[in-house]
Amino acid sequence: MSVLTVSNLNYTYPDKTPALKDVSFQIAAKSKVAILGANGSGKSTLLQHLNGLILPQSGVVAVHGQRIGKENLADIRKMVGIVFDNPDEQLFSTLVYDDIAFGPRNLGYDEKTVAQKVEEIMTLLAITHLRDRPPYNLSLGQKKRVAIAGVLAMEPSVMVFDEPFSGLDPCTLQQFLVILDDLYHRGHTLIVTTHDVDIIYGWANEFVVLHEGYVLAQGGRELLEDKMLMAQAKLKTPDLYNIFCSTSYRPVCVDDAAECIKKIGGNAR
Amino acid sequence: MLSNITLGQYFPGDSPIHRLDPRTKILLTVLFISSIFLAESYAAYLLLALFTAVVIVLSRIPAPLVFRSLKPLWILIIITVLIHVFTTPGTVLWSYNILTVTREGIEQGSLMAARLVFLIAFSSLLTFTTSPIALTDGIERLLRPFRRIGVPAHELAMMMTIALRFIPTLLEETDRIMKAQMARGADFGSGGLFRRAQSLVPLLVPLFISAFRRADELATAMEARCYRGGENRTRMKQLKMGGRDLAAFASMFGLILLLATLKWGGVGGT
Repeated sequence: MSVLTVSNLNYTYPDKTPALKDVSFQIAAKSKVAILGANGSGKSTLLQHLNGLILPQSGVVAVHGQRIGKENLADIRKMVGIVFDNPDEQLFSTLVYDDIAFGPRNLGYDEKTVAQKVEEIMTLLAITHLRDRPPYNLSLGQKKRVAIAGVLAMEPSVMVFDEPFSGLDPCTLQQFLVILDDLYHRGHTLIVTTHDVDIIYGWANEFVVLHEGYVLAQGGRELLEDKMLMAQAKLKTPDLYNIFCSTSYRPVCVDDAAECIKKIGGNAR
Repeated sequence: MLSNITLGQYFPGDSPIHRLDPRTKILLTVLFISSIFLAESYAAYLLLALFTAVVIVLSRIPAPLVFRSLKPLWILIIITVLIHVFTTPGTVLWSYNILTVTREGIEQGSLMAARLVFLIAFSSLLTFTTSPIALTDGIERLLRPFRRIGVPAHELAMMMTIALRFIPTLLEETDRIMKAQMARGADFGSGGLFRRAQSLVPLLVPLFISAFRRADELATAMEARCYRGGENRTRMKQLKMGGRDLAAFASMFGLILLLATLKWGGVGGT
């Protein structure tokens, strides 16, 4: 069952730079999708189409079978949440609580429901202790969580993350991936844009590769192992694959890789 | 939605007017605007029109572009004309209740409108032919003599340059913040005045914060590269007055002399 359908989408910027050319793909419910592409490949433009921040010039974007148009923007934005890469562009309230409550209040919920939702989400993301702090004094990792909470409060079934891995330290990155997995297990469909093939290799189960506004390929993990394709998209094959490509093992995370090496070592001995 | 805002109206080119020193152009614009007030007779206006036309032709700026800069001021011009038409005493041509139109009124009104048109057309020529950076450079050099009495010439010019440089950046940022808030269901376009003002809070707070942060970072980056204000700074483009500038000043003084003769020399009549 597909949650999100993009067909024959075209978009050209006002200065005549084409950004998306005949983009088509489908995303199944409850999948972890990576939209991969080099800088300037059209990732961010595509992403803004997914909840109607940009309306298609031609072509169709549909969420749960509803075609995005001027008249159903509020519904669409409730179904598809976008978390932008820089949390400072999103946070504005004096308190973390109010910032998370911004979305639900826009949806017209009464204060009691709002409070309930906000508490629930703060618990989920382990930021309850930040409730009465001003968002501007938080660390980047904390700000990212508050920003995610603000979007999650709209209860979208699809969550889109724009370059979520940029600028995070290893520990925060790990925590962030755990949060993403939590959301996945709660039944959200997750979409991230990135060019970091190493992180995404083991994380996503569906890949869309963009290049200069075209969809080069859509498919599973094997796309990242295709040297020609990655070179064409100005990306690279993941390090783990490069190390193990001459063996029969295909570990997708470092722990798996360590296991594989043990086995290989055992054979050699 | 914000991409259609254009600021400054520099029209790149290599005409004799473009190549004039920015200081010359600033001073000549001031002189021209003052000379407009010397004009009283039709002959004088004709002279001003001719002069403006010659400058437009020399600058190779398409004339429609110059006239387009008059567009935002149409209302001002029309109001000026109407006030003159209805309030100047003289030979009555037509009257209805308290409204009277006089021959003198029509004359005064149209001359006043012509003055405004010259003024706007000529000063827009300045911004058409001078890049914002050259303009601030020129202003800095012109203000330099006033440093003795405490005018911070270099600082003023630097502020103008930085402000101009960051306008597109801030516009882009505004656009991104609006999108981030719209994704959370914010609505910027509807509701009454109060609601609209209120809906700007989620836009303005992040914008101000990021502007202050940017200013702070820029200041640090400038200091890291040893910026210490205007002391001992050299320029990549040295401003140099040349023969062309002399010629420009000469023709402007010629114009003023002619206008003065028309006014006080008794030629042409009023």
